[in-house]
Amino acid sequence: MTRPPDLLDIADATLTEAGLEPRGTGRLLLIACGALAREILDLKRLNGWDHIDLTCLPAKLHLYPEKITEAVSAAVTKHRAQYDRIFVVYADCGTGGQLWDKCKELGVEMIEGPHCYSFFEGNARFAETAETEITAFYLTDFLVRQFDAFVWRPMGFDRHPELIGMMFGNYERLIYQAQTDDPALDQAARAAAERLGLAYERRFTGYGDLAHALTRFAKTPGNPA
Amino acid sequence: MAEDDDEIILSELSDDELTAQMMDDLYDGLKEEIEEATHILLERGWTPYDILTKALVAGMTIVGADFRDGILFVPEVLLAANAMKGGMAILKPLLVETGAPRMGKMVIGTVKGDIHDIGKNLVAMMMEGAGFEIVDLGINNPVEKYLETAAAEGADIIGMSALLTTTMPYMKVVIDTMKEQGIRDDYIVLVGGAPLNEEFGRAIGADAYCRDAAVAVETAKDFIARKHNQMTA
Repeated sequence: MTRPPDLLDIADATLTEAGLEPRGTGRLLLIACGALAREILDLKRLNGWDHIDLTCLPAKLHLYPEKITEAVSAAVTKHRAQYDRIFVVYADCGTGGQLWDKCKELGVEMIEGPHCYSFFEGNARFAETAETEITAFYLTDFLVRQFDAFVWRPMGFDRHPELIGMMFGNYERLIYQAQTDDPALDQAARAAAERLGLAYERRFTGYGDLAHALTRFAKTPGNPA
Repeated sequence: MAEDDDEIILSELSDDELTAQMMDDLYDGLKEEIEEATHILLERGWTPYDILTKALVAGMTIVGADFRDGILFVPEVLLAANAMKGGMAILKPLLVETGAPRMGKMVIGTVKGDIHDIGKNLVAMMMEGAGFEIVDLGINNPVEKYLETAAAEGADIIGMSALLTTTMPYMKVVIDTMKEQGIRDDYIVLVGGAPLNEEFGRAIGADAYCRDAAVAVETAKDFIARKHNQMTA
């Protein structure tokens, strides 16, 4: 899968820190995690979903999962008057079911699954392998690109490498769930595994259940496409 | 927190200054300084229990409060915990010799399917600092491990930890098994972990959800006191 140039123009650092504003076009809105922006825009382009707009919250919210539910709720409230329907592209993401309950209360749908590692791999398959992979640490394309911003620096490994053993001592393997075929990302993910002292595995997932969920939303009766 | 630490000679500080300095050093995760200060206080005739409670636990409580308030983050807390561990390693054998109040015994572990133990380790350390005897089961524990160990050790408390939303429901499996075996009321069951909340704790039938290590200590003390009151009533 090669990416169109416009997607590459979105800086990962911007998606991490600030998110993405909607363009204001389309009747349906996706409210997503910044870590999924490129994948969603790619699916939008591939499927010609011009009736769907996208806004992203800063991906760094994942460092404080307790803030996700409130942030999503605020975004739904802010944008709902401008769109016919809204779909939330966050999994549970460590909110302990609170995001699911909030979306229900707000009358909006959200993607199923405990986190993006699960829906990229496919929730059913991920659930099957979960027991045998409890010592695995997962990275997606976005997290490989943002490894320093999401793992290395927030965990303090740049200042205190002795913390690596304390935080990753129980992990054995880093699994890079590749959404795209990109040798540079493969190399970066392998390097991340080495820095953490973990064995490395690359596993191509593509967009997994993300593609299915967005396709369903795009084609829901009553929706324009 | 502390600045120009390199100019401070710990042995020249008064007791009050030294304990205050230890709290600063704990906050800054300075393990060697904590070890040195612990030795100094021992030489000055402090009891191991006083050093533990008045310097180490008191310092770590500040760290815990600042973590809860978003002033400190996981790396800083881990460094502080590591420094406290340094002091505790010196004090632990001495505490056994000199005696310290015994609060009760706790079996603690991360639930099956989960390998995350940072929070669990912090709770275990703070509980130990508060006078609880800890049996640490480590990570990925099935129900049998909790119940067999609790019975064999004559524990008062079973503590369960989980970081993942996918593994936290396993706490209910443990509690339901206790109910099936008719032993639920033999133990105080405390649960904790980032994705948990009070509502979840209630829903699965735990005695309490503990938001952080300091709350775990206070909750455990409270339940143990109530248990003793019931026994003497």
